[in-house]
Amino acid sequence: MGAPLIGARVERKEDYRFLTGAGQYTDDVDLPRQCYAAFVRSPHAHAVIKKINSAKARKSAGFVAIYTGEDFAAAKLGGLPCGWLITDVNGQPMKEPPHPCLAQGKVRYVGDQVAIVVAETIDQARDAAELVEVDYEVLTAVVDGSKATAKGAPQLHEAAPNNTCYVWAIGDKAAADAAFAKAAHVTKLDLINNRLVPNAMEPRVAIGSYSRADDSYTLYVASQNPHVERLLMTAFVMGLPEHKVRVVAGDVGGGFGSKIYLYAEDVAVTWTSKQINRPVKWTSDRSEAFLTDAHGRDHHTVAELAMDKDGHFLGMRVKTTANVGAYLSTFASCVPTILYATLLAGQYKTPVIHCEVTAVFTNTTPVDAYRGAGRPEATYVVERLVETAAREMKIDPAEIRRRNFITAFPYQTPVALMYDIGDYNATMDAAQKLGDVAGYPARKKASEAKGKLRGLGYAAYIEACGIAPSAVAGALGARAGLFEAGEVRVHPTGSVTVFTGSHSHGQGHETTFAQVVADRLGMPIENVDIVHGDTSKVLFGMGTYGSRSIAVGGTAIVKALDKVIAKGKKIAAHLMEAAESDVVFENGAYTVAGTDKKKMFGEVAFAAYVPHNYPHDKLEPGLNENAFYDPSNFTFPAGTYVCEVEVDPETGVVKIEKFTAVDDFGNIINPMIVEGQVHGGLTQGIGQALTEGCQYDASGQLTTGSFMDYCIPRATDVPFYQVDTRVTACTHNPLGVKGCGEAGAIGAPAALMNAITDALGVKDMPMPASPQTVWRTLKNKKAA
Amino acid sequence: MAVKVSLKVNGKSVSAEVEERTLLVTVIREHLRLTGTHVGCDTAQCGACTVSMNGKAVKSCSMLAMQAEGADVMTIEGVAKPDGTLHPMQAAFKEHHGLQCGFCTPGMVMNAIDFAKSHPNPSESEIREALEGNLCRCTGYHNIVKAIGAGAKAMAAGK
Repeated sequence: MGAPLIGARVERKEDYRFLTGAGQYTDDVDLPRQCYAAFVRSPHAHAVIKKINSAKARKSAGFVAIYTGEDFAAAKLGGLPCGWLITDVNGQPMKEPPHPCLAQGKVRYVGDQVAIVVAETIDQARDAAELVEVDYEVLTAVVDGSKATAKGAPQLHEAAPNNTCYVWAIGDKAAADAAFAKAAHVTKLDLINNRLVPNAMEPRVAIGSYSRADDSYTLYVASQNPHVERLLMTAFVMGLPEHKVRVVAGDVGGGFGSKIYLYAEDVAVTWTSKQINRPVKWTSDRSEAFLTDAHGRDHHTVAELAMDKDGHFLGMRVKTTANVGAYLSTFASCVPTILYATLLAGQYKTPVIHCEVTAVFTNTTPVDAYRGAGRPEATYVVERLVETAAREMKIDPAEIRRRNFITAFPYQTPVALMYDIGDYNATMDAAQKLGDVAGYPARKKASEAKGKLRGLGYAAYIEACGIAPSAVAGALGARAGLFEAGEVRVHPTGSVTVFTGSHSHGQGHETTFAQVVADRLGMPIENVDIVHGDTSKVLFGMGTYGSRSIAVGGTAIVKALDKVIAKGKKIAAHLMEAAESDVVFENGAYTVAGTDKKKMFGEVAFAAYVPHNYPHDKLEPGLNENAFYDPSNFTFPAGTYVCEVEVDPETGVVKIEKFTAVDDFGNIINPMIVEGQVHGGLTQGIGQALTEGCQYDASGQLTTGSFMDYCIPRATDVPFYQVDTRVTACTHNPLGVKGCGEAGAIGAPAALMNAITDALGVKDMPMPASPQTVWRTLKNKKAA
Repeated sequence: MAVKVSLKVNGKSVSAEVEERTLLVTVIREHLRLTGTHVGCDTAQCGACTVSMNGKAVKSCSMLAMQAEGADVMTIEGVAKPDGTLHPMQAAFKEHHGLQCGFCTPGMVMNAIDFAKSHPNPSESEIREALEGNLCRCTGYHNIVKAIGAGAKAMAAGK
């Protein structure tokens, strides 16, 4: 065997097909006799549907069928479920108003589905949808989360008085108040975490295909978690038995959270395919994606940090209003609570923390998890507070962090989590060195000499990944388990196909997971294929989100591999006529200690499938094992980011001069892939801080509904990054891994805004820091 | 109104009956089943649909099929050698991890090949400028920029 595969920069197995146009994304799938769906969507943010007239549409060329909310109600199709029950401060369950697949008498955001129209071609479907006449009585809309509970605000749902989904809290309020009472200094910020549109480059696609032959359904869908999609759709919406439904999510062109959820369109095409006995395909265009893919973030927060005279943190109080949009999307309720407030300790020993979250409905697109999901919002609160506190107390921002870093593990935070391990000084040290913080004053002078403003900002983030111990999640309200499943199928000649419930939509599982398998079995990586994304192939799966794939899905595979190796040992012992306890497996071979007896893994596999000489009295033939893994804790990736910007005061343009990221992801399987994940995460985080901001006008029209006016970063907006890692291995999974998918998006906004506010000499300014916003901020500062 | 368009795609003469409003990308994806060319937006911003037409990179979602009458079009499926060996630009993307989900990749590669013809040794800023019309949400462009620099050099060296 050559060099170890774990930790190697192995080029990706999946790249060849993507580079040659041979990927199979959902829109590349076409089925015989397929027809096409278009959705009639509400042009109003809030309206009563008085009448739907489809007469003209029915006469248009190629028309096949139309179904409205009435048809769905008559068919007793349920609404879209929310997967996480939050219990409010009074011990009451959150308000869960119905979330119908097609509107039932009322529409609540621009883009809300009113009808599905099916025709022979996509153009004919769109033409017919245009001809559907809907008579609306337009109602006043509320779009701003901070105004949703105001007196007289328009009410969205009868089941949610005052537009309130829940008021939830965590932490000891009295203890926090006491800490503030004795504080030498309090830093307070009023922060907005701007609403974002995920914008995976592949728009959503769903193809429903019903078969009368065996009364079964197949749904091809761009999804991050096909089994979860199937479970939600069959058990909660359509009342179908799961064994009659197959969900296939082949190559998926990015997700970032937006493809976790069960969407109305998925249900609608699946149900409609049975009604017309033909496959029904729907492909979102980008405009629909802006309107209907679940959005991210949208928090208004007032946060306070209490300190003693030396800048030691005494307590934190946080009050957040989270805008969840018009309906509860699949995981909307847990993002601003469980995935947010539990991270407010950050990397610090803050002894008491209290956080109250009010989740409100508005006439906007539903909001759910987007890369980082709650943790970027928490990091933004903590790291903007800490940096501001340092400035106010005239303590170096790195020094104030070091004074408060948690240094002894395991560490129980005051907000429920137990950090297993970390070394925050190590990532801070490395980031300062790699980012040449020592040379910053000279660079600042050089910028000033050119008439430019230079600023430096840190973010020392932490995240909870590898979600999650099912029992803990269940106690917190999760309506699903959060384990993962894996299967290792050894073929008679020794090559291996591995099935994983994790899903890859850019992460490169086909390579990293194969590295793990090949490393453990001592075989070339070419002998291992990873299969995912099809409920008819993979035994079960909870899917990919929350940077959980390697920590949870990878561990499930390792556990299955352990079983394979253990069974192989019994077979090898029989073949070599040795005691099982004397047999060792190493570098792809079973050997007997102290002898030259040796059986290669392939020979043992062959014996398992051609069991002529085999311990039939003790073992079944075959070599195929599966495992389910439920983690005992979250993993806690953490790191320090340092951002340096130069601002042109004349134009307000911010240029990122240096961006340094040092992360601790635990052990790393493939550094090339990990670096790529960091680069991508950083760019999305920079997008939030610099270029992206979802805007609605007062009537609820989305005014940033295309790439022309919602600016995801382009190549010219970002620099080359300096990235590095430090390792403290996760203590509770066998690979010692933590996860790396979201870190960049979690840490970058705070680092960038800390740098920009430093350059401008202001306490705060809103994201995104567009040239106009920066210019206005400077102008207002001068005026003040 | 059905109209007939005839063009050359990846060296093969093809024709299709289309509507006047049919886009070039629709002919490529739906009629010819060359699904490596992707559609990522509806405002000519993302570049996932980029193909080569008469040797120049164009966005096939922003052209009517009729406008490609008689044209010589190459899609991502026509870039590698007939034996499957990757083009130097494709190889550079693989080596430098210039792709993740792969959805924007065909457009990136098609644009990069056109760019590299006139920029055998491009600077970082030249590459970033050249990517103005191609969006990627996964990579942060870092490794795409590196890949294009390396791919351009490899093309110039005739590899």
